[in-house]
Amino acid sequence: MLGRVEAAPISRRTIAMEPAPVTPADRGAERVSNVAIDFTAVKKSYGEKVVVDQLSFTVASGECFGLLGPNGAGKSTIARLILGMSSPEAGKITVLGEKVPARARLARRRIGVVPQADNLDLEFTVRENLLVFGRYFGMTAKDVEKITPSLLEFARLESKADARVTELSGGMKRRLTLARALINDPEILILDEPTTGLDPHARHLIWERLRALLSRGKTILLTTHFMEEAERLCDRLCVLEAGRKIAEGPPHTLIDEQIGCPVIEVYGGDPNELCALVKPLAQRTEISGETLFCYAPDPEQVLARLRGRTGLRVLQRPPNLEDVFLRLTGREMRD
Amino acid sequence: MWEQYAAALPANAWNWSAVWRRNYMAWRKAALASLLGNLAEPMSALFGLGFGLGLMIGQVDGISYIAFLAAGMVATSAMISATFETVYGAFARMHAQRTWDAILCTELTLGDVVLGELAWAATKAVLAGTGITIVAAALGYAAWPSIPYALPAIALTGVAFASLAMVVIALAPSYDYFVFYQTLFLTPMMYLCGAIFPVTQLPIALQRVAEALPLAHSIDLIRPAMLDRDASSVGLHVGVLCIYTIVAFVVSALLLRRRLMR
Ligand SMILES: Nc1ncnc2c1ncn2[C@@H]1O[C@H](COP(=O)(O)OP(=O)(O)OP(=O)(O)O)[C@@H](O)[C@H]1O
Ligand SMILES: [Mg+2]
Repeated sequence: MLGRVEAAPISRRTIAMEPAPVTPADRGAERVSNVAIDFTAVKKSYGEKVVVDQLSFTVASGECFGLLGPNGAGKSTIARLILGMSSPEAGKITVLGEKVPARARLARRRIGVVPQADNLDLEFTVRENLLVFGRYFGMTAKDVEKITPSLLEFARLESKADARVTELSGGMKRRLTLARALINDPEILILDEPTTGLDPHARHLIWERLRALLSRGKTILLTTHFMEEAERLCDRLCVLEAGRKIAEGPPHTLIDEQIGCPVIEVYGGDPNELCALVKPLAQRTEISGETLFCYAPDPEQVLARLRGRTGLRVLQRPPNLEDVFLRLTGREMRD
Repeated sequence: MWEQYAAALPANAWNWSAVWRRNYMAWRKAALASLLGNLAEPMSALFGLGFGLGLMIGQVDGISYIAFLAAGMVATSAMISATFETVYGAFARMHAQRTWDAILCTELTLGDVVLGELAWAATKAVLAGTGITIVAAALGYAAWPSIPYALPAIALTGVAFASLAMVVIALAPSYDYFVFYQTLFLTPMMYLCGAIFPVTQLPIALQRVAEALPLAHSIDLIRPAMLDRDASSVGLHVGVLCIYTIVAFVVSALLLRRRLMR
C-alpha cells in the first residue's frame, strides 16, 4: 500500500510553488475536491463552558495545518469533532466531502489518527497491534501481513516486530501509533501532539517521517505545543485560545505580522529596571518571569545601552513562532 | 435527527467480529488459566453442594440433587462469566486501557463495539456453561445428547446477561459499583430462580418475582435439556430472554453514546 504511493511521489512543495493555471470556471469543482476538512461556525460546549466557539477554518488537501493553543484551548476537542466522536451543537463540519458527524464513519475510513494519549494494545506485540487494527478497517490477516513490513520500515521498528508493546520506549510507541494510523492508507492524518514526551532524537525522527508523508500527498492536521515543530512542518497555522481562533496564516507570515523585528532576550538582572532602561529604544518589551523580551527594529542601540552592565546574559535572535504564541496568548500563565 | 443515533447502532452485520477477534486473540494468550478460573468456582459449588447437601436432601423433582443442581450451576456460571467479562474486561477496555477509543477512530461505530463485546462475553459464557455440562455428562448427571440443546440456551443466557452488564458499565463511574450489581441483583437471583432449589419452595409472591427474572427462564430452558426431559413454554422463555437482550442492548448503546461521545 505504501509502495504504491511511493511509486508516484507527489512533490507538495512543487505544487505549492507552481500553481496550475485555474480558470474561474474550474474553480468551483476544484474547491470541492481540494478541501479536506471544513469547519463553518462550529460551536461545542461542555456544560456552561464553551470549548469551541464559532470556529471556522478550512484545510486544503495535501496541506499540513497546525492547531496551536494553550492547554485547554480545545485542540483535542476539535480532533474529536472531525472524527465524529463528538457532536457540535451548532455549525457545519465536512470531512472529505462527508457530513460529520452524520456520515463520520465513511470519513473515518479515509482518516488515520494519532491520539494525544497512546492507546495501543499492551497485551499484543507490535505486529499483532497492526493486525488487530487492520481488522477494524475490514482488512484480512493477509492484507495486513502484506503491508506490515513497509509499515514497520516506515516506523523504524523492523527489529521490534515481535516485541510486546510494554517493552517499547515512548518514542517507539509513538512511532507504532503512527504506523497503525497508516494501516488504511488514509488521505488525512489527525495527529494530536505526536511528539509530546519524546527526546530530541525521537522527535526529529517523527518530523522526518511526517515530512515523508506530506511529500506523498497526505493531508495532516497537527496539534502541538512545540513551536519549532509547527514552524517546520506546517503550511498554515491556527492559533486558538479558549476555543476561539485568534490568528491564522502561514508561520512566517504570522511571525512577520505579529513580531517583524529581531528579539533581544535579557536575563540575570532586575527585569523591571532593565525594562525601563531599554523601553524607549524598543518597539515593544515584555517581561516573562525573570526574562525581559525586547522587540527592537534596531537591536544595536539596545545592545549598546546594556553594554558595560555586568552579570547580564543577553541573546539576540530572529523572531520565531514562540514569540508569536506568547504574544497572542499572553506570556504569563493564566488559569 | 435519526442520524445522530447512527453511531450507537451497528453499522452492518459483520463489523462486530473484528472486536470479537481482538478479544479472542488477547484471551488465547492466557486461555488455560482463564478457563480454569472460570470453571473452578461453579465446579466446587457443584461438587461441594451436590455431594454435601445431596446426602441430606436425597431426590429433588425425581432426580438426584446433584443432577438437579448441575443445570443450575450451568446457567449461573453462564450468567457470571458473561457478567464478569463485561464489567471487568469490557469496562477496562472502555475505561482504563482506552481500547474502545482506538477502535472508535476506525470504520467501526460504537454499536459495532458493543455488539462485539456482547458476542465475546457470550462466548465466554458458552465456554464456562459447556465445560460444566460436559463434566456433568461425563459423571452421568446429564444426558450426552442433551448438549446440543443446552448450548443455544447457554449462549442466549450469556448474551442476555452481557447486555444487562453493559447497561451497568455504561452507568458505573468506577469498578467499585459492580459489587452492588452483584450483591443486589445477581446473587439474590441465583437463590430465587431455581438454581439451587426448586422455585416451588418459595412463597408464592417470590415465585411471581422469579418469573420476571432472566435467570429463571435460562434455567427453565437448560434444566429440561440437560435432563433430557420435555421443556414447556420454550417460546416464552426464549422470548423473555430476547426481550431482556434487545432492550438492554439498545439502552446500553444509547447510554454509552452519551457517556463516550460527548
Ligand atoms: N468530556 C469532557 N467533559 C467536560 N469537559 C471537557 C471534556 N473534554 C474536554 N473538556 C474541556 O474542554 C476544554 C478543552 O479541552 P481539550 O482537551 O480540547 O484541550 P486541548 O487544547 O487539547 O488541551 P491540551 O493542550 O492540554 O491537550 C478543557 O477545558 C477541558 O476541560
Ligand atoms: Mg489536547
